[in-house]
Amino acid sequence: MKIAGRTCVAVAALGACVLAAPAGAIADSVKVGFIVTLTGGQAGLGETIQKATKLYMKLHANELPAGLTIEPIWRDDTGPNPDQAKRLAQDLIVRDHVQFLSGITWTPNAMAVGAFTKQAKMPTVMSGNGAPAVTRESPYVVKTSFTVWQACYPLGQWAAKNGIKAAYTAVTDYAGGHDAENAFIKGFTEGGGKILGSARIPFNTVDFLPFVQRIKDAKPPVVFVFAPGAAAATTYMKAFDDLGVKQAGIKIIGPGDITDDMELQNMGPAVLGVETALYYSAVAPQPATKAFVEAWHKEYGANDTPGFFSVNGWDAIAAIYGAVKALNGKMDPDKTMAYLSHWKNPDSPRGPLEIDPETRDVIHNVYMRRVEMVDGKLANVVFDTIPHVKDPWKEFNK
Amino acid sequence: MGDWSVLISIGLLGVAYGMVLYLISVGLSITMGLMGFVNLAHGVFAMAGGYVTVTLMNKYGVPFFAALAGAFVVAAVLGLVLERTLYARLYGTSDFDQVLFSIGLIFVSIAVVRHFWGPLTQPMRVPAYLKGVIPVLGRDFPSYRLFLIGFSIATIAVLWVTLEHSRFGAMIRAAVDNRRMAQSLGVNTSRLFAQTFALGSGLAGLGGGLGADILVIAPGYPIQYILYFMIVVILGGLGTIRGPFLAALLLGIADTACRYFWPEAGAVFIFILVFVILYFRPQGLLHRGRA
Amino acid sequence: MSALEHFSAPPRSLLARLLYGVRPWEALPWLAAIVAFFLFPGYVPIFGQILIMTLFALSLDIVVGYCGIVTLGHAAYYGTGAYTAGLLAVHGWSEPISNAAFAMAMAALVGFVTGAVILRAHGFITVMLTLAVTVTLYEVANHTGRWTGGDDGLRGIDMAPVLGRFEFDIYGDTAFFYALAALFLSFVVVRLLVNSPFGWSLKGIRENIGRMHAIGCPVYRRLLQAYTIAAALAGLAGALQAQTTQYVALRALSFDLSGDVLVMLIIGGIGRLYGAFIGVPVYILAQDRLASEDPANWYFWMGILLIVIVLFARGGMLALAARLWDRRRSDA
Repeated sequence: MKIAGRTCVAVAALGACVLAAPAGAIADSVKVGFIVTLTGGQAGLGETIQKATKLYMKLHANELPAGLTIEPIWRDDTGPNPDQAKRLAQDLIVRDHVQFLSGITWTPNAMAVGAFTKQAKMPTVMSGNGAPAVTRESPYVVKTSFTVWQACYPLGQWAAKNGIKAAYTAVTDYAGGHDAENAFIKGFTEGGGKILGSARIPFNTVDFLPFVQRIKDAKPPVVFVFAPGAAAATTYMKAFDDLGVKQAGIKIIGPGDITDDMELQNMGPAVLGVETALYYSAVAPQPATKAFVEAWHKEYGANDTPGFFSVNGWDAIAAIYGAVKALNGKMDPDKTMAYLSHWKNPDSPRGPLEIDPETRDVIHNVYMRRVEMVDGKLANVVFDTIPHVKDPWKEFNK
Repeated sequence: MGDWSVLISIGLLGVAYGMVLYLISVGLSITMGLMGFVNLAHGVFAMAGGYVTVTLMNKYGVPFFAALAGAFVVAAVLGLVLERTLYARLYGTSDFDQVLFSIGLIFVSIAVVRHFWGPLTQPMRVPAYLKGVIPVLGRDFPSYRLFLIGFSIATIAVLWVTLEHSRFGAMIRAAVDNRRMAQSLGVNTSRLFAQTFALGSGLAGLGGGLGADILVIAPGYPIQYILYFMIVVILGGLGTIRGPFLAALLLGIADTACRYFWPEAGAVFIFILVFVILYFRPQGLLHRGRA
Repeated sequence: MSALEHFSAPPRSLLARLLYGVRPWEALPWLAAIVAFFLFPGYVPIFGQILIMTLFALSLDIVVGYCGIVTLGHAAYYGTGAYTAGLLAVHGWSEPISNAAFAMAMAALVGFVTGAVILRAHGFITVMLTLAVTVTLYEVANHTGRWTGGDDGLRGIDMAPVLGRFEFDIYGDTAFFYALAALFLSFVVVRLLVNSPFGWSLKGIRENIGRMHAIGCPVYRRLLQAYTIAAALAGLAGALQAQTTQYVALRALSFDLSGDVLVMLIIGGIGRLYGAFIGVPVYILAQDRLASEDPANWYFWMGILLIVIVLFARGGMLALAARLWDRRRSDA
């Protein structure tokens, strides 16, 4: 009996030590809880938001008033895991007493956390997902990322206007993919285009070749492709290359996700000529973009190029800095949201960025880009700009 | 176009996929049949081979075939070391402990790989002389996949000949059939286990490198693909080398066909197929030795 | 307890039977839970999570530990409970206790139907069948997005306060005690079952199924009964999850989750009734602590922990404790 008792006490003591280990409180610090994907197949997305945040904080360290610091706390959602994301949000609020939530990758995670922030009255700057409906879940959500419609709908319109009469769509089978498909089809058919067929590819596909073979067999002049995040896009593009889709005369278009600057160099010359629409390009001519990319190369090396997720993270922490400075560290939730809803940054790496006070979602330019060789490296060269694009989905679904 | 050429295309793609699955899984079949060890971490060795191949080629400019040889050697050595230090201690323990151990090993390997190579997929740059498409019966077929089929068949032929006609192979078959008897006849089963484990891991590494195109090299590899390897082994029947061959071909072709004709079905179709086969042949297609 | 003690006439009254063989230290887990609630208020949400997973792991122990059936698809019943509870709530049935009871019944039904098929098989087919059930249910939920939300998950679950008074808030207090009560009641039932003739026949089936057939035990029927009960409890855990998190994701029906809960159980020890109570907190707290310290690399330390447990605590932590206890007894 005694040893059982002693063992129990020992275990309890150990448990108490584990639980009581202090989180490390810093005087007068504003805590920001980031929920991003740091493990699993899409860990690149979370990692680059982390890098962008750290870089911004390093470069802007002197901007905060004396005695005030911002402390980021990082949590891993391991992928599209809405209940896990919600629990992490709950822990961050109840245990770590954060004053902001940020990140939130994947639409399902965003919807789960979004609804929760309403209950918890927690200002949330979402930088990780493109869900169009999430800002309606709660008045405490603002996005500095994008919505899938913002790129795909104008792309559809552009395609119809520029001589493309028919297209095939191939998207990954999940909410983001469905959004992309719907947005493109609406823009394209409104301009008179015809959809030849649609394929939806399961999220966890191992081998892309059978799908690409099917697309090739349909012989469309143009295929609209969407895949979430860098790694999926690379394998997709490789499959297209392996089957000689481009050589067969099929043109590939899609949102900029599929030629993500972060992964572009890995895709090889297979992607030359692919035309995409996105709110950012690492080689966009704006001075703010150039400065951003240069600072990134300096910190992370010449082979590391920031992609659109990096920009999302950057803009989010910039907005948080703005709010903290404006309110001097006293982050009353409603005042914070009032500030964030009117946030503007003309010098964002993506170009002029504005938060729409009506929807709390982003308004930014959308660039038409084509992959070309620039100085021996692949680059998304901008050849057209569609300025000041609001989220079309919200416009259509008022 | 015609439906025939579609079927041939699917068939060839499926066979290529199946060959890769076989190369990776045959080692698992033998070690599970021989040692009775539930090694869910087998994918780790395939992943190791994949990373070695890609790193040797991309970072050090090693030619393709030399990189594959490197993958085989590194994976085999890794297998040998782990077998002697960790696996050997766990022979004869309960299935559940073995499962727990395998999962722990998987976690560690994922973290290690992610730490050194980052979370992104490793790009596999197929050598130029293997790229492109070859027209087969009126359809363009990726040359690399054809190469895969050819190379795998050659490797498998060497493997089968070695195991059928060598003393080593005879010892394995004896030990699989009846370990105690083999021991009492003087077979050093401990050394046999180590050698077999090394061989199986080496083959897995080779398969991982060869198949980096299909089973992409990223940290989540062991978890993502273990189900496929297990299906090949279970369908094929433990402890044989021909059973998994049949099973891998079947799985490769079925999966490819399913993805072409019915992509939304996901994994359900595969499971139904597996269940149907197991219902009629509960011990696997070509079972031998311990159950 | 010597064999002689065990085979003397068992007490008849319900209360006496409930307390039969109950040792004082068995109150420890429950006391620990209540103490933890007051000592670590910031951890209450994760404690609630631990309680629910403990119930889930306990139900798995019935199948794996007491029936001796290896299942990689126990999440099928958890997920059924979760989605049933969630769907009911979304369509207006938001009273928690009746909601959970119905979800439990649904899970039991699914358990009964699938168990009838699964239990007829042996060896690998059983494992594959359990996997097939889970994968099929997963795909069904995935493709009926209109009702289940697909991979977006099921949202809009708004539960009414428990017993009309205790609301589910963001601090997780109500959720904690609600889950604790459910776990306690379920545990009482399981403990009764395990120490009853029914439970002993299960052990017999696990140890020597041929013998059990030979003495005329209705093996298949017993296994099916146990399997259905296990499915019901798993469904209850799922329902609790849906009600307290107010969200149901596809993961509730996944092979991943089945694997996770099996690992948690193995860590604690299979077939020892309390394995779930040790393994679940160890796994979840270790994961939480490791993931906070090093979000990118927590996998590494988790893996090391699992390997160390296998090498030094073979059979799970309870087995280790039993060995240490025996060794002390024999030394003394």
